[in-house]
Amino acid sequence: MRNNNVEEIICVSCPKGCRITVESVNNEIKNISGYNCEEGKRYAREEFKNPTRILPTTVKVKGGEFPLVSVKTEKGIPKAKLLKAMDVIAEIEVKAPVKIGDLILKDILDTGVDLVATRNVEKVD
Amino acid sequence: MESKYQLAVIGGGPAGMAAALKAREKGIEEIIVLERDEYLGGILPQCIHNGFGLEYFNKELTGPEYAERFIGDLKESEIEVQDETMVIEINDKKEITALSKDKGIMKIKAEAVFLAMGCRERTRENIKIPGDRLAGVLTAGTAQRYTNIEGFVPGKEVVILGSGDIGLIMARRMKLEGAEVKAVLELLPYSNGLIRNQVQCLADYDIPLKLNHTITRIEGKDRVERVKVAEVDDNLDPIPETEEWIGCDTVLLSVGLIPENELTKGMGIDLNPVTGGAEVNEMRETKVPGVFAGGNVLHVHDLVDWVTEEAEIAASGIADYLKNERVKKENSLNLKAGDNLNYVLPNKIEYKDHNRNFVKLFMRVKKPMEEVEVHFINKGKTILKYNKDFALPGEMLTLNLPEKIIDENMKNIKISIKKQDKEDLYEK
Repeated sequence: MRNNNVEEIICVSCPKGCRITVESVNNEIKNISGYNCEEGKRYAREEFKNPTRILPTTVKVKGGEFPLVSVKTEKGIPKAKLLKAMDVIAEIEVKAPVKIGDLILKDILDTGVDLVATRNVEKVD
Repeated sequence: MESKYQLAVIGGGPAGMAAALKAREKGIEEIIVLERDEYLGGILPQCIHNGFGLEYFNKELTGPEYAERFIGDLKESEIEVQDETMVIEINDKKEITALSKDKGIMKIKAEAVFLAMGCRERTRENIKIPGDRLAGVLTAGTAQRYTNIEGFVPGKEVVILGSGDIGLIMARRMKLEGAEVKAVLELLPYSNGLIRNQVQCLADYDIPLKLNHTITRIEGKDRVERVKVAEVDDNLDPIPETEEWIGCDTVLLSVGLIPENELTKGMGIDLNPVTGGAEVNEMRETKVPGVFAGGNVLHVHDLVDWVTEEAEIAASGIADYLKNERVKKENSLNLKAGDNLNYVLPNKIEYKDHNRNFVKLFMRVKKPMEEVEVHFINKGKTILKYNKDFALPGEMLTLNLPEKIIDENMKNIKISIKKQDKEDLYEK
């Protein structure tokens, strides 16, 4: 249980890496300080309450100029689901051509977040 | 047969692509980009992680997405791209010899050259780790290419030496692909990787980062079986009593990048021992008129966004050079790294204000410091000062030198980093 708690969160929204302090009482945020922009404040609040990460990885491609296409979750998914998501993604195989932004898998692990392609892979014969 | 171009760009990575596009935008018509790989983008397509583009596009992109924006624009621009072509020599007349998979030996004469060859990684041989010669010892970037482009994961139990960004990124990548990452070792007392990578690649997965540690021996039969790891003393020498074995089948090395400047040296351009790249003026022009350099071949960058920006600065300079629109200053102004600064680029300002309000400086500090002042010093006097909450060797410091404070007679500006008043984070 957290009672009076001071947590330092390093903001990763941009390369500045601001060190943000979140003060809380019984898990309820009382004060956030040390941020330099609204995005930083938002990040610190989210990172305290529900840490999420964008998951970048690859999936297999059939008939493409490369054997893999890089993909990512369009938004962050809960940190705790990252490894489980990798297991799901390992089963996927797509057909070339693939374009950036193509939907690879809808609503991964009921997170409401889609997996999309991040590279163009042309078809080859 | 020699073909003629106004601008030859050597390397189709982020620097080369940005420079070619910017030069075209500035009215340069005859451009060729020479790329040795089979695809454009340099290292970006294998950097599948996010975190690119925040500075330049104001949007978080993955490496392939960042690259694709330029690859797409290049296609549309119809700038000539010659891939699978390796430049083997450039002489001081800017005559280029290249070996091309489809065209054989190519001879190109260019009025201007942009050097954008990037870096290669330091290897086990570069840092001389004793032990057996085995499969399973590879650079982190090679492992990244195998894993992300070619489709096979190079090992199951991994020890990574070096906590720069590539090392951190590969620690997470190997972990996500099912490998066990036993440790990331760092010779120095701090990681040189970006903060976000230290958080999201190691802390998130409880991968141990052992600071002040190195590998002293690699052993096995045919394939790596174990590495001997030791703590190092203040002189970075291993302490024998601390040695212990870690079992693993793979060693990834992320122990630094070497700018690939063989072509540069071939033109008689000396390299700066600190950056490993050429010395350049504010347009990123080397001492050979019309030969410019930018991106990782000039100095190692931590963010591709700065590579793009630097290449665009160079391309504007290239356009001015080709159009003969430059006016030389009476005195060139030398920029020098002072206290706590490893280097500053550009090395000098040679031309008069050409519709610019400031010269953007790229700098790297020697060690992590908090609450610092950046002093621009001329003749012993501070003429400009910036405050920074912190300065890290892993994160390039970029500051503007406003044109209005540059006096025509100034010959030198030294840039020094000083502590505000608090104790330095890592100094005892």
